[in-house]
Parts: sequence; structure tokens; C-alpha cells
Amino acid sequence: METRVIGKSVPRKEGREKVTGRARYVDDLAFPGMLHGVTVRGPTARGRIRGIFFEGDIPWKEITIVTAKDIPGNNCILLLIEDQPCLADGLVNHKEEPVVLLAHQDAYLLGEARRAVRIEIEPLPAIFTIEDSLARKEIIWGEDNTFKSVRVEKGDVESAWSVADCIVEGEYETGAQEQLYIEPQGMIARASPADGVTVWGSLQCPHYVHKALVSLFGLPKDRIRVVQTETGGGFGGKEEYPSMIAAHAALLAWKSGRPVKIIYDRAEDMAATTKRHPSKTRHRTAVSSDGKLLAMDIDFTIDGGAYETLSPVVLSRGTIHAAGPYDCPNVRIRGRAVATNAPPHGAFRGFGAPQSVFALERHLDRVAAAVGLAPDELRRRNFIREGQTLAVNQVVHERVEMGRLMDQAFEASDYHVKRKQYSTENPGAAIKKGIGFACFLHGAGFTGSGEEYLASEVAAEATVEGRVRIRAGSTEMGQGTNTIFSQIAAETLGLDYEKIDIAQPDTANVPNSGPTVASRTSMIVGKLVESAAREIQTKLFQSGLLEQGYDAATFAKACGEYIGRFGALESLIKYQHPAELHWNDERYEGDAYGAYAWAVYVAEVSVDTRTAEMRVENFTAVQEVGRVIHPVLAAGQIEGGIAQGIGLALYENIVWHEGRMVNAQMTNYIMPTSMDVPRIRVFFDEIAQGRGPAGAKGIGELPLDGTAPAIANAVAHATGADIRRIPLTPELLMETLEKAHA
Amino acid sequence: MPEGSGKIQVRCTVNNKAVTFEAYPMARLLDALREELRLTGTKEGCGEGECGACTVEMDGALVNSCLVPAAQVEATKILTIEGVASGERLHAVQQAFITNGGAQCGICTPGMILAAVNLLRRFPEPTEVQIREGLSGNLCRCTGYTKIFESVVAACGESERDA
Ligand code: FES
Ligand code: FES
Repeated sequence: METRVIGKSVPRKEGREKVTGRARYVDDLAFPGMLHGVTVRGPTARGRIRGIFFEGDIPWKEITIVTAKDIPGNNCILLLIEDQPCLADGLVNHKEEPVVLLAHQDAYLLGEARRAVRIEIEPLPAIFTIEDSLARKEIIWGEDNTFKSVRVEKGDVESAWSVADCIVEGEYETGAQEQLYIEPQGMIARASPADGVTVWGSLQCPHYVHKALVSLFGLPKDRIRVVQTETGGGFGGKEEYPSMIAAHAALLAWKSGRPVKIIYDRAEDMAATTKRHPSKTRHRTAVSSDGKLLAMDIDFTIDGGAYETLSPVVLSRGTIHAAGPYDCPNVRIRGRAVATNAPPHGAFRGFGAPQSVFALERHLDRVAAAVGLAPDELRRRNFIREGQTLAVNQVVHERVEMGRLMDQAFEASDYHVKRKQYSTENPGAAIKKGIGFACFLHGAGFTGSGEEYLASEVAAEATVEGRVRIRAGSTEMGQGTNTIFSQIAAETLGLDYEKIDIAQPDTANVPNSGPTVASRTSMIVGKLVESAAREIQTKLFQSGLLEQGYDAATFAKACGEYIGRFGALESLIKYQHPAELHWNDERYEGDAYGAYAWAVYVAEVSVDTRTAEMRVENFTAVQEVGRVIHPVLAAGQIEGGIAQGIGLALYENIVWHEGRMVNAQMTNYIMPTSMDVPRIRVFFDEIAQGRGPAGAKGIGELPLDGTAPAIANAVAHATGADIRRIPLTPELLMETLEKAHA
Repeated sequence: MPEGSGKIQVRCTVNNKAVTFEAYPMARLLDALREELRLTGTKEGCGEGECGACTVEMDGALVNSCLVPAAQVEATKILTIEGVASGERLHAVQQAFITNGGAQCGICTPGMILAAVNLLRRFPEPTEVQIREGLSGNLCRCTGYTKIFESVVAACGESERDA
């Protein structure tokens, strides 16, 4: 398809504001009379609150104090269910649980006051590991500590064990990971019984916050307003927790009658807000002597922390991605999300898939070794093709060319030559080199019937000057929503990119286009933007005011005349689920996603065997994501995701003590710097076949899935270490190597 | 602020303008810029000298403004992101960040741009290693740095004319 604006790297819509420092983030806003707000958290992982004492030499009368009893409506942060309180009342279930809120205009005094609140808790036994939760050492949530369990069944796994030439088993683990957006979370609220509640903040999903506030205050929907300010990164971390902070700021504003700003400092943000779910995966694989996968039996468990939040959905994506882009006749995947007394884990780019993909791609390198095949050869013999079925019994109806992606990735990285060369040169070398890869897929959009249920909406409106404004709840947080929506609308309308405006996400002003998550914005919402723009054009055509082949001036004239004659020129489009997509939630099978992105990533590493220090020296990423709407933004998404994946693989190690992150500082929680990330080479193999505008699919989460296993496989190649866990710190690598030699 | 330490008057030059503000001696330059002078382009990412979001130039050298006490600012020349463009004309580095995708969420961008401007003043034709080292005090969680390197490289030739 010939395109004019789609496929071009136009300047980012809000680029100028961002490079001049004019972009306004939540902490850049100030209202007259504004107070600062802080949160006091329970000091115990699990227990019963016995009393709250306001001590010390603090002018308590001047300070606004909010506890659970000040909540006008439901004391919960409503998301999927109502299990997580906004403020603990009676019980605390993790150490970062909010109990008391304080507000005052003097931030320094407020800090002193926070330290002077004593919460007395009678401790109850707590659990901190997946094993203890599964063993039901204590029941801390529901009847059996299980938020959700799912089961995928394809064929008959049991029939395969006896005919297999080889059975390979293994257990793999991934740690928690902090999103570490550079802008900490924050909210400002104004609230009063007369005016209702308005919050401004750094967030991904305005309508999630809206829903939580409606329930918390018991107010009608139109009395609650949520406005997204410029957002300094999200990566999933600002999907759900902003509802908590918005609720807190709003409660303080409601009680004090003044605007209240809550900005988390880095330590609070890292410790209290959600992180990537830690996981454990067990694989048992039956394979024939010629390397054909006969059965995959997978057990995937994630640690959801103390409340359910989004764990069932994370589990779902992780489970569905656990068997990868392979054709295997018999697959069984058991997925479980369990409770521990850690702060709830939540969304982080990839959403469960990076965890299960790490396990699979490490495991398949081991399977290949067990049957005496090269790791790439084993994959090639099992790659899924069009017409075959994925583990969830979804027939793949798109052209899949995993072999071709692998060829490109191997050629660009010189894989075969280096693999051989390093194998020869490594023995005896102090600095060993390795090259490894991972093959994977990532589903775009909400899982299963999620999109049908969301029923997203997008609106468009034209002005008398012939500008078109897109109104949607989808947020810009750096990934480029504003820019690609403008491109899509401009393409559809035959206008210049500059003629399109994007409304600030504000629940009072934009329809709910669903959360900005799940790699759904380009494909799903982008398609709605296209339809909304198309309808504006259709209205003009039908009114006889505009004809095909128009230019910007005639378009503007037609808009002006239309508006003069009929009033507003606008459109509202609702998502229509493609009739051919079916998902059965009970049997957990069917069309899990409307389209998949496919990829092969190659990592090259060096390992200093004296210090076990590892470096990623080169990285090649080849992917098929349908039509690329904006090459620079798309490559930026992939590169940024890979950098986060490097962190996940090697550096980002959360140290836990009784359910609390103890290294909640940038000094000792290490994310990659410009010295740690190599030049990343990104290739898109475009086969325009996605369901999005001009054939686009999803892209945002993909790079997190394959980066860590490619690196781990490269380190395994370099050192021979049997790597089972990430983050692979030097200490862990040392330990693994020593174990092998013992 | 703790009692007993009264506010002091600080005189300095910010973005080529003489300014005076009041602050406690140990107050952070970051807060003085953001709150007293309402220059909110300088960002706070960590408050502990790790992320570089608060980077400004002080007498031509890069500093983390979250670590600089107001007392040390007296009689210095400060350059913040608001002073990098000349009026509406962007600095070559700013333009290069727009063209090459060097800014995504934008929160690290002010600090990153100051670091890049400073780097190019010291090394008009920097090597890749010099760029990496020059930017290593500025964390970016969005870009993976590749597009930032490309932006800096693209700005090279341009920025001599501009400086
Ligand atoms: S805020 Fe100053 S270095 Fe992070
Ligand atoms: S652009 Fe978001 S942190 Fe750098």
C-alpha cells in the first residue's frame, strides 16, 4: 500500500516542548494554596493494626490527617476486584501498605511528621516465596493463596513420553524488576463535595484511575475527572499504581479543602509501587532423535504479591507465550499466580511473557544439546508456519517466516562464523566471548476476549480552520502515541501531519479508548483513529461540500461550511471485534491475539572469567511487526526495550528482606547506562498484514521478551555455565560455574 | 529546613540574566531553580546524584543540581535547559534530538541535552567512546541510548556554528 505520511519519520509531535524544557510534567505544576501530601506505611509484612499514634514535637493540629475512616465510599482501589484497600483498615498485608496520609504546605515539617507517626501492629506470620505460597505455609489470600490458575491443553502430552527419544527437564527463575521510569510517580488533586474530584498526574490509563475514584468517593462518574500530564515514562509501572496515589491525593484534598500534591521520591517509588512479577517455570520436553518437539509440559508460576491487582492478566499473557513460536503436537501449560506478603507486583512491559520466554529459550538450548543438534537447527525444525496451531489451539492465519528472520539475524550478526570462532578461541582465554539468540513471538492487544470487553472508543472533530483533532484516552509517555495517531489521521484524510492535533487525555473530554498497555495502541486504537478520521471525511463527502482529490484549503473551506450549516463536525467510533476471532475463556483456547509480532534476537557477550563481569558487546534485533508506522520511533521502541532487557538479564537485582525492597536507590539498583548498552542494530522485515492501520501490529513490549534469553544463551556459550536464573549477576555466574566444577 | 539556619540571599547569573533568590544555605540548587525561579525544565529523577535529570552547567561545568547547595551558587553562572535555545531558534543539539529520536518521554532530555552541549564544547568531533563517557552520568530508561548517540553525532558539525 502506497502511503504518504505512514512509514515516514516525521518529527515527534511534542518534541519541541521536550527539548526546550517547556513540557509540563506533574511536578512542574503548582496551584495556589497547594499542600504537599505524604503516605505513612505499615512497618510489618503482615499483621493487625492495634493503634495509630501521633507523637513527637509536631503541630499535629496544623496537619491534615487521613485514615481509612475518612474514606467517603469504598475503601478499595478498584481494578479487577475489590481486594486492595486504599488505606489499611485492621490488617496490613505487606510492608509498603499505606495506612495514614498527611498533608501540609511545609514539605520539611511534613517529613518530620511522617517519622513521628507510630503504627502499632500485632504481627501475623507472613510468607515471601512462591514455594511457601504454593505449600500454603500460611493462607494469606483467599482459600489457597491462588489469585488465578489456568490450563492450556493441546493434544495429549502423556502419550508422548514413552515414544520420545529424549526427555529434557529444567527449572528456570526470573527476578522482580523495577520499571524505573526516570520521572517518579505523582499526582495533584482538587476535591470538594461542591466541585467533585479532579486529579492531574503521571499515568498510563486515565480511565482506570477514574473507575477507582468513582468507587472510592461514591460520586457519579461526571463528578470525577482525571487528566494526564506529560508523563516521563511508564513501561507498565504507571498502569495501576497511579490510582492509589490519585486516591490518596484526592482524600487529602477532600479533607483539607486545598489542592494537594503527592510526588514520590525515588526510594518510595521503587519500594512501594509495582514491579515485574518474579517467576518460576518448570519444563519437561519430549523430543525425537531428529529434533522434533513431541511434547512440552510447562508449569509457570508468578508471585503476585499481597493483592490481586493485574496478576490474572499477567499470568494469562505469560502462560500463552510460554510455548513460543513452535509447532508441537502436544502441549500442556499450567499457569498460577500466587500471593505473598510483598507489595503487589504488576504490569511491566512484556507482562508475563519475558518471564516465560526466558525459561523456554534457555530450555531449548539445553534440549538441542541433549539431542546433539545446534541450537538454531533445533528451532528451525520446529518453527511454526502459517496454518499450524499454537499451544492455545489458535490456527496461525498470518504469514510467518521465522526461518527468514533467523537468516537475517544470523547474517547481520555473523552468527555462524562467530559461534565457531569463539568456541575455538575461548579455551584458556581469560576473557571469553559468546554469541546466543532467542526466537519468540508477542501477541498484540488484550488477550482473548479482552478487546471485545473493553469496547474502546475514539473521537475526532474538525475545526473551521480545517484542523482535525483526535480525542482518545490513550496516553503519550514517550512511546509516540501523539505522533503515530497524527500520522494515521493525516494519512487517512490526505492532510499534512501538522494539521492534526491530539487532545490531552482528560476523562471529561475524551472517550475511553482503553488502557495504554499490551502493545495495543498502534494496532487497535490506531485503527479506530483511522476510522474516526475517515468518518469526518465521509460526512464532508456526503454533505456535498467536498470531493475526492481535495487539498488542504478546500478541506478547510468545506469544514467551515459544514460547521456553519450543521454544527459540529465530529465522529465517534467504537471497536468492533473481528467476527473471525474466537476465544474460549473456560477451555483457554482459541484466538488469543488478533496478530503476533515475530522476532529473532542475537546477543554477543564477553565474560571476564576472573571477575565474572559480563558485557553485551553487540546486539542484533530482527522482527516482523507488520507495517512500521514511524521507523525512528519504532527503532527507538526496540532499542529502549532491549536496554531494559539487558538490565533484566544482567544488572537489575532487587534485594528483598521480608517482603521489602532494601536496595531502593539508584546507587544500588543498577540500570544500564550509556556505557553498558552497545549499539543496537534493529531490522524490520515488513510484511504488511497486521490488523492495524496500513497493516501495523504491536511493537512496544516485544523487545523485552527475547533480550534476556539471548544474552543468557550467549553467556552459556561463552562459559559453559548452565544458566537457570536472571538477573545473572557476577556472583550468580561464579556460583553456577563453581557448581559445575565441583 | 532545620531551625537556626536562616535564609541567605544568593546572587548569580541564570541563563545570562542576573538573578537574586532567597534560600537556606543547604537548600538544593535544583529546588531554587524550580521553585524560586520557576524554571521547571530541570528535572528531579533521584535526588541523590545518580540519574543526571537535574544536570545544569555551573561556570561551564556539568553539575547535578540536586547535590549543589544554594550557598555554593553565589556569583556563579548557571545554564539550564531554558537557556540553551536562542529565543525560538533551537540549538543544533536540540534540533538533532527531535530529528533523530533522541527524546522519547523527555524527562531525561533537559539534562541529556546539557550534557551533550557541554561534551561538544569540549570535543567538537567526539569519538563514540567520548560520547558514551560524556553521557554516562545521565540515565535514560526509554531510548537505550542509541538514538541519543545518533543525535549527538548528527549535531556535531552543526554545533560549531551554533556555539
Ligand atoms: S535528580 Fe539529581 S542526579 Fe538524579
Ligand atoms: S527519554 Fe525517557 S528517560 Fe530518556
